[in-house]
Amino acid sequence: MPSSKQTLIVVGNGMVGHRLLELMVAKGALEHWNLITFCEEPRVAYDRVHLSEYFVDKTAADLTLVTPGFYQDNGIRIYVGDRIVEIDRGQQRVKSANGVEIAYDRLVLATGSYPFVPPIKGNDATGTFVYRTIEDLDAIKAYAAQSQVGVVVGGGLLGLECANALKSLGLETHVVEFAPRLMPVQLDEAAGEVLKEKIEALEVQVHTSKATTDIVSDGGRLVSMQFADETSLQTDMIVFSAGIRPRDELARDCGLQLGDRGGIVIDDACQTSDPNIYAIGECALYQGRIFGLVAPGYHMAEVASDQLLEVAAAQQFVGADMSTKLKLLGVDVASFGDNFAKTTGAKELTVADTVAGTYKKLVVNADGDRLLGGILVGDAEAYGTLLQLMQNQIALPDNPLGLLLPAGDGAAALTMDNLPDTAQVCSCNNVTKGQLCEAIQADGITDLPTLKKCTTAGTGCGGCVPLVKDILKTELKKAGIEVKNHICEHFPYSRQELYHLLRVGEIRSFDALLAQYGSGYGCEVCKPTVASMLASSWNDYVLNTPHVGLQDTNDSFLANIQKDGTYSVIPRIPGGEITPERLIVLGQIAQEFDLYTKITGGQRVVLFGARVDQLPIIWQKLVAHGFESGHAYGKALRTVKSCVGSTWCRFGVQDSTSLAIEVELRYRGLRSPHKLKSAVSGCTRECAEAQGKDFGIIATENGWNLYVCGNGGMKPQHALLLATDLDKETLIKYLDRFLVFYIRTADKLERTSTWFNKLEGGLDYLKQVIIEDSLGIAHELEAQMQHHVDTYQCEWKTTIETPEKVQRFNHFVNTDAADPSLAYVQERGQKRPATEAERVVLNQSHDAMITPAQ
Amino acid sequence: MERSMVQSTTTADVKNWITICPLDAIAPNTGVNALVGTQQVAIFRIGATDEVYATGNFDPFSKAFVMSRGILGDRQGILKVASPIYKQNFNLKTGACLDDATVTIPVYPARVVDGQVQVGTSCQVKQ
Ligand SMILES: Cc1cc2nc3c(=O)[nH]c(=O)nc-3n(C[C@H](O)[C@H](O)[C@H](O)COP(=O)(O)OP(=O)(O)OC[C@H]3O[C@@H](n4cnc5c(N)ncnc54)[C@H](O)[C@@H]3O)c2cc1C
Ligand code: SF4
Ligand code: FES
Repeated sequence: MPSSKQTLIVVGNGMVGHRLLELMVAKGALEHWNLITFCEEPRVAYDRVHLSEYFVDKTAADLTLVTPGFYQDNGIRIYVGDRIVEIDRGQQRVKSANGVEIAYDRLVLATGSYPFVPPIKGNDATGTFVYRTIEDLDAIKAYAAQSQVGVVVGGGLLGLECANALKSLGLETHVVEFAPRLMPVQLDEAAGEVLKEKIEALEVQVHTSKATTDIVSDGGRLVSMQFADETSLQTDMIVFSAGIRPRDELARDCGLQLGDRGGIVIDDACQTSDPNIYAIGECALYQGRIFGLVAPGYHMAEVASDQLLEVAAAQQFVGADMSTKLKLLGVDVASFGDNFAKTTGAKELTVADTVAGTYKKLVVNADGDRLLGGILVGDAEAYGTLLQLMQNQIALPDNPLGLLLPAGDGAAALTMDNLPDTAQVCSCNNVTKGQLCEAIQADGITDLPTLKKCTTAGTGCGGCVPLVKDILKTELKKAGIEVKNHICEHFPYSRQELYHLLRVGEIRSFDALLAQYGSGYGCEVCKPTVASMLASSWNDYVLNTPHVGLQDTNDSFLANIQKDGTYSVIPRIPGGEITPERLIVLGQIAQEFDLYTKITGGQRVVLFGARVDQLPIIWQKLVAHGFESGHAYGKALRTVKSCVGSTWCRFGVQDSTSLAIEVELRYRGLRSPHKLKSAVSGCTRECAEAQGKDFGIIATENGWNLYVCGNGGMKPQHALLLATDLDKETLIKYLDRFLVFYIRTADKLERTSTWFNKLEGGLDYLKQVIIEDSLGIAHELEAQMQHHVDTYQCEWKTTIETPEKVQRFNHFVNTDAADPSLAYVQERGQKRPATEAERVVLNQSHDAMITPAQ
Repeated sequence: MERSMVQSTTTADVKNWITICPLDAIAPNTGVNALVGTQQVAIFRIGATDEVYATGNFDPFSKAFVMSRGILGDRQGILKVASPIYKQNFNLKTGACLDDATVTIPVYPARVVDGQVQVGTSCQVKQ
């Protein structure tokens, strides 16, 4: 280790501390810095913002923020479950609870905050909790199992979220708030009242203006709480959510400057009173304020990383907008800017609809032409637009109240064009309009999921998604990309529509379809698309005269074309199982024709470098030995990979190999919008990687779990669990339905994963169609698949048995000569195509050979 | 050896019509490859008619002799063939690449006489 590197220690591996390390790595810090972090919690950073989902459907693993391997691969030392207990600023050393002592050049405090527990008698009784970490939630859940009533102390943002959680655990739920209204920081009285009504309608009791004086226990268990007004409330458990306090104990002990009411004082560079020490996130106090949201913390991490790396034009922290939009117990609440109209001359405009239970307030400047802030309860749809109008100081329409009416002219005041490029659209991840536009233009993005993934916009609270969508739409329109999905200039229909027309009209050839629904001669886009539809509908031999000209060369020569115009040969090896005898046959054929040989990712053997005229001869031999086409050339089922399962593996619970073979044989030759890959694993260890496939099957003790729409390749995507513990018959039934449904409805060249991402209604919808047969088409889908299975033929067998078809494989129509242009060199004991430079040398002798007398 | 430099032949230049194969040897809407002298020539048949076109078989993008295996079609009414390797399109009548104005492949006169496909060349080629 070159000791010339500086050492940075980050105390705290929460949301902000982890983000800082990610930024340091992204900005190239590893060259000059050793990065070390201490993580007090028993697990690395996780998404605290979505903590409550831990009670719904997320596991701790789902919530993690750390990309697997991030720490190891980047050589960042992380001490999980260890806490810094002392900072020696003079020596520039830290000491941990486990006794680790390390010197630092720079130190970053990212220690976050802790929940404030009001000083009430009995506040440490059994049955009292806080709501901050995964451990807190585990404890709450366990205790709730033996409780009937739960009280949340604190009617703020977190308190209401917590109340929702208690309710979802089946408790009679109460919220006790000291202030006269809910969310006193964000809402005014009228808004608080509307929110209270809405929440009480959801059977959460709200008690405002209540000061708790006593928490009473009996026999070691909590029983009730007493209030200053002499009333009381029976309860089994209490969760305190009465605000947060910065974790500044380390800073206090080593004499850093703190605020009067705590918080580590930082400047614009996020530096504390010791220039070697920075503080970021909820422990930091900037201009007298703590920022209890993640976005400002992330921004501080940006600033601190810039400062540490001394980048030119380093960002500075200038405070942050505390605007929020939330769904609390299903009620939309938003509060932004100068929500209490504290600016001089500010005017308030309110619309309250007591029937619908909505309250909306705008705060405008004295001239009434600029928006300063506002509050929305019950319907916060306008939030995104209003926030942009405020942040970018865009002129308001004459009657600003119109902005609040449903489908008002808010959109007119804010067109995506008058929004400046610098406007921050996503505050969670600090993504500007300019960055979105650039991603759309430069990367050619045309759909929302991809845009979200590439820019991270909209992946936090989700509040900005409608705006992101509008920007996408506007940009696409500007670029002249009409979002129509005609397959090409020859057919004014989408693939799905054409498929329907073709089946309903029982159209059996491209020419007939073109005559009826298209124009021109067709092209390399529509012809193979239609060929695939014809094949999956009627399953005719693809090289029959009317179809042969439609196929991509791969399909029309039943092999994969390679860069030099030769082809690869891939016989089917169902489930990846092969006898030694057959393996030897493959070896002999490869030897005889001098074919480059490789094992594919799909558990098969591929032979490269077969000339077009050799293909029928090679296949004659293969077919004679019982091999059949592997359809590696088609947009069709490729392979069903398998592990050995319970037959050999000591962990296996089902016979995965047999199932894989059966599935592969059932769907072999099935033409689809794109290639289809599958795998079967014999137990949850998943050695066959079924979750990365278009359809994957994993054995369970009770049967089979079916996963669909996964993908490896360019954009890896995990497959989704469609159904569990199926017996084989049901499994096959669901697969039949799923595959035909996909084939019928996907766009051209659309893998199952992309198809799924666009499927409205997502997994639930897919389950309804496939499992519950909500469209009433299950029978039809199964019948179409059965037709395919019944009419399957090996295309290679049919081809070699038909002399005129074999004729087509001659390289020249007028002589039996082979392609004279091919040239190879040897590498690692096999041939490979010669490079252009190598060809020049080879061809000097070669040319003389191929030039006939003139 | 730069094969894409091979010159096109126009009907006026034709000194010799070379018979290649019966029309039936070309399935409707497909191409075949023929050896004409030293050149590999791709011959395409439009539909089930006797309308035929001939171009060089060399694909200047992949540098492989594969044009005859491309898919036929039209773009805005211009008859074209798409290279089977990287899918660039070429005008069947002029050889101009429709996706890259700097690239052209040679074209040759082609016709059907008495059910036989013929290609015209400018040189005296022994058959
Ligand atoms: C239930 C809930 C819901 C929330 N919802 C939202 C929301 O919707 N929107 C929003 O913007 N924000 C929300 N927040 C707030 C958000 O989670 C915080 O702003 C964010 O986590 C702050 O990040 P941080 O890194 O500063 O602190 P933390 O994430 O708390 O991380 C600090 C870490 O440092 C560790 N630590 C402390 N002292 C030491 C030490 N001496 N040595 C080692 N480690 C130490 C702590 O154990 C902790 O793991 C929510 C918070 C909660 C609890
Ligand atoms: S998935 Fe399970 S059964 Fe299959 S090889 Fe791996 S451990 Fe064995
Ligand atoms: S603003 Fe929260 S996700 Fe974009």
